[in-house]
Amino acid sequence: MGETRRMGQLRRPTSDDIFVIQSGIFASAIIVVLVLTGYVLVSGSVPVWSKFGRGFLTGTTWSPVKEVFGALPYILGTIVTSLIAIAIGVPLSIGVAIFLSEMAPHAIRAAGSGVLGGLIRTMLRILSSGIELLAAVPSVIYGLWGLFVFRFWVLDYVETPLSKYLGSVPVFSGTPFGLDILTAGLILAIMIIPTVSAISREVMTAVPLAQREAAYSIGATRWEVIRISVLGYARSGIFGAAILGLGRAVGETMAVTMVIGNAIGAQAIPSSLFRPGQTMSSLIANEFNEADPTSLHPAALIGVGLVLFMFAITINVLAQLLVWRVLKIKSGSVE
Amino acid sequence: MQRRPGISRTIFIIALVVVAAVSGVTGYLVNGFLHPPAAGETLNGAGATFPYPFLSAVANNYSRIHPNIQVNYQAIGSGAGIKALGAKTVDFAASDAPLSAAQIAALPAAALHIPETIGAVVVAYNLSGILTGLNLNSTTIARIFQGNITMWNDPRIQALNPSLTLPAQQILVVHRSDGSGTTFVFSGYLNTAATGVWVLGQATSIAWPVGIGAFGNQGVAGPLLGTHYTIGYVELAYALTNSAMTYGFVRNHDNTTFVKPSLANVTYAAQNATAAPVTLPEGNQSWASVNLLNAKGLESYPIVSFTYLLVYRELSIVPGMTLDKAKALVDFLWFVVHNGQAQASPLAYVPLPAGTVAIDERSVESITFNGQTLPT
Amino acid sequence: MSNQSVREFKDWLAFIIGGVCVILAMIPLLSILADVVLRGLPALNLEFLTSGPGVIGQPGGGIANSIEGSLILVGLTCLMGVPLGVISGIFLSEFGDNKYGRFIRFLNDVLSEFPSIVVGILAYSFVVLTVGSFSTIAGAIALSIIMMPIVTRATEESLKLVPSSIRDAAAALGIKKWRSTLSVVLSTGRNGVVTGVLLAIARIAGETAPLILTVLGSQLFFSGLTKPVDALPLRIYRLALLPYASAQQQGWGAALVLIAIVLTLNIGVRLATRGRMSSVRS
Repeated sequence: MGETRRMGQLRRPTSDDIFVIQSGIFASAIIVVLVLTGYVLVSGSVPVWSKFGRGFLTGTTWSPVKEVFGALPYILGTIVTSLIAIAIGVPLSIGVAIFLSEMAPHAIRAAGSGVLGGLIRTMLRILSSGIELLAAVPSVIYGLWGLFVFRFWVLDYVETPLSKYLGSVPVFSGTPFGLDILTAGLILAIMIIPTVSAISREVMTAVPLAQREAAYSIGATRWEVIRISVLGYARSGIFGAAILGLGRAVGETMAVTMVIGNAIGAQAIPSSLFRPGQTMSSLIANEFNEADPTSLHPAALIGVGLVLFMFAITINVLAQLLVWRVLKIKSGSVE
Repeated sequence: MQRRPGISRTIFIIALVVVAAVSGVTGYLVNGFLHPPAAGETLNGAGATFPYPFLSAVANNYSRIHPNIQVNYQAIGSGAGIKALGAKTVDFAASDAPLSAAQIAALPAAALHIPETIGAVVVAYNLSGILTGLNLNSTTIARIFQGNITMWNDPRIQALNPSLTLPAQQILVVHRSDGSGTTFVFSGYLNTAATGVWVLGQATSIAWPVGIGAFGNQGVAGPLLGTHYTIGYVELAYALTNSAMTYGFVRNHDNTTFVKPSLANVTYAAQNATAAPVTLPEGNQSWASVNLLNAKGLESYPIVSFTYLLVYRELSIVPGMTLDKAKALVDFLWFVVHNGQAQASPLAYVPLPAGTVAIDERSVESITFNGQTLPT
Repeated sequence: MSNQSVREFKDWLAFIIGGVCVILAMIPLLSILADVVLRGLPALNLEFLTSGPGVIGQPGGGIANSIEGSLILVGLTCLMGVPLGVISGIFLSEFGDNKYGRFIRFLNDVLSEFPSIVVGILAYSFVVLTVGSFSTIAGAIALSIIMMPIVTRATEESLKLVPSSIRDAAAALGIKKWRSTLSVVLSTGRNGVVTGVLLAIARIAGETAPLILTVLGSQLFFSGLTKPVDALPLRIYRLALLPYASAQQQGWGAALVLIAIVLTLNIGVRLATRGRMSSVRS
């Protein structure tokens, strides 16, 4: 196994070395993809940056005809819809995670073995799978459902009452019609539940048994154990899960495009939840194919893509750091 | 340590088979079995959503007569079609708006405008209890779409419709979000007929101050049919073939009556607008100043326009073009302006007047491939 | 009221609220499934599944070309994405316990939650513009960029679960590392890899946004790698926006076909790996 090495000479590469290098090259493909993406987005959008500078990020006029481009309304649109998604989706997900990971096992134990216990166990397994299946539904089908079904629910049961009683509040102003920022935010909330709840569950189950046992030993109820031991310990992991959900919401395109109302320019500023809007990703999906290559329009769209890229990278990096820190205990090979 | 096996080898193999089955190999073979590959030409086109039903029917008919030639048309909007033509990723484009001087200059080679059919833009709305026949004029339409008039029971709309009770509801405007020839025609009408009131100009893409944006004629028709108190603009064909759609009558140029958008009235308008002393340009000239808007005549519907097929005069510039394919394209274009016209009326499109057909014939005959003219 | 009963009440309240959350989360899934089945089933017939699109606005015609296009796109994507993903996963699990490996793993996780529209822009710039037209190959490349991180992660995690005793035994027998990794370790960890690939397939079968920018869509059956092609999710998108009832019904029908494929893959994977410790974080 050891070949005597003459000074200054490299060891002849073995087939194992080649294997390491080859597989390493494949693995490095990901660096290439990210670098290329950055390159394409930056070089493609240079014309808009040089013409508008920071004004591209703060301007609100979007006119392909007059060649004036300001991306602020869409940046705000992405932020507002994602915030709605987080505000509604994260609490729901935490509720789901707590129920399925902490409370349900107790219910199973309480029900004991036998028919009732088996029934509850099966039901819980179905529920747990059901939540995960939400993640499997393609985005375009969420959009289809949103366009034909969900938006009428939102219109009839949420927007119309809100408009009737709180219509004077600026955020609820305007006559609601269903294809607007609120509906888009709510659909995003539904779409992030599987991700956020799954990671929250992982994080919560990673809390060491000792923590829980200590609380139980002093007579705490189930909920108190969760509140004191589990949630406190898992806080940063849950926060990381929420950020991952945010990342998913920011990048979502199809479902949003089909229900958000497709406003352009200053009209797209999310001044009210009942107004039609536009996110960065829905804008690109709508306009990219027709952007006249002899104008500044494609560069403007790529500029919006660059902003989206930066958002996504920042959010995802943040999330990974947070989630990794908590899961470091759990992950790792089983030797 | 007992390791409980997760999936057996059989299931693993089955899974692999599933993957393989899902793979293109089977898909390709199945395609070959059900539909033997056409040993012929495929013509690719893209562009306006308005003529989509017409082109789809004509292409279908054409392929039935010439089974070895297939036409693939993607209705992605006039703007996207023109862009695809410029990028040479399609063989022909379709647009409701003629090419502007800037667009002509931007194309890599000379292109021909070939009017394929005539359409009209209709102002459609969704008001329960009010059927087709709401009277509107250019200034009122302009004010509604600019957001100056926001309520349905605004006195200005009511004044045009003394016999109707309009609801005290906010108007929801629906417009196009993509670069659209329909928008070009509609805004052109408002620009000409409501000067002073309409300030947003004429373009394929308008900075609408109000309303929701939808993709394509089909995207606008959707909210119009599904949501109350909406108003929007769509091409005549979509309105006439959808029995649920209600649309308005528009004041004519002569200011004598409100005209119903019907095939007859649109034909009448087209004839008036193309009659002498008006001369239409040849296919290889600019059509930017051509419009059939606001035609004179009692029964002329005022929002009328040509819709064009755009194709390069010298076809060799398109990558992948061969002599056979060029012949097929020319043959198809000839079909569209002749036999295809018979399919227009049943689909709620207006066939071309004879004078326009003559211009198209000259244009199609002038198409060359590597300098060689092609049989028609 | 005693402190104890207040606390117990809070406990029960938390339980109920948790349950309500779960039910609220399940309602959309049930509604989507119900709607897709109820609205899509009437559209399913032999013609729908075996013929290409008819005249729009008129009843008739089908989505066979979209199904075929999706199958071909998935096949091409697997051809590129699976080897890339599996070998990357092997690298990370066998040789990745160092700074470089951690860096790659990190980037991998970042890329797996990426906005797919941006991947579309990348594929458009590099493939569509180079090839000169919207094309099947552009779509496949975009989809394989999306697929790769999923497969890499699944491979790495399942290989990590293979006990080191296996690797040691192979080394003791004098088998070269590359040989033992590919033959023995990979074979032992195949469950997780297959799981990952099937889940990745389910994911990319439903991707629409990158396809809008790369394959354009088509009325025709597959006509070449460098030509536009149709795909199920793309077709659903276009049909949903048409104002004709017949077209909308076809859209629901296509959605039914797509969701049937996706759910079969997901549920199948779930059933096959029930009881195993290995999990793949999707």
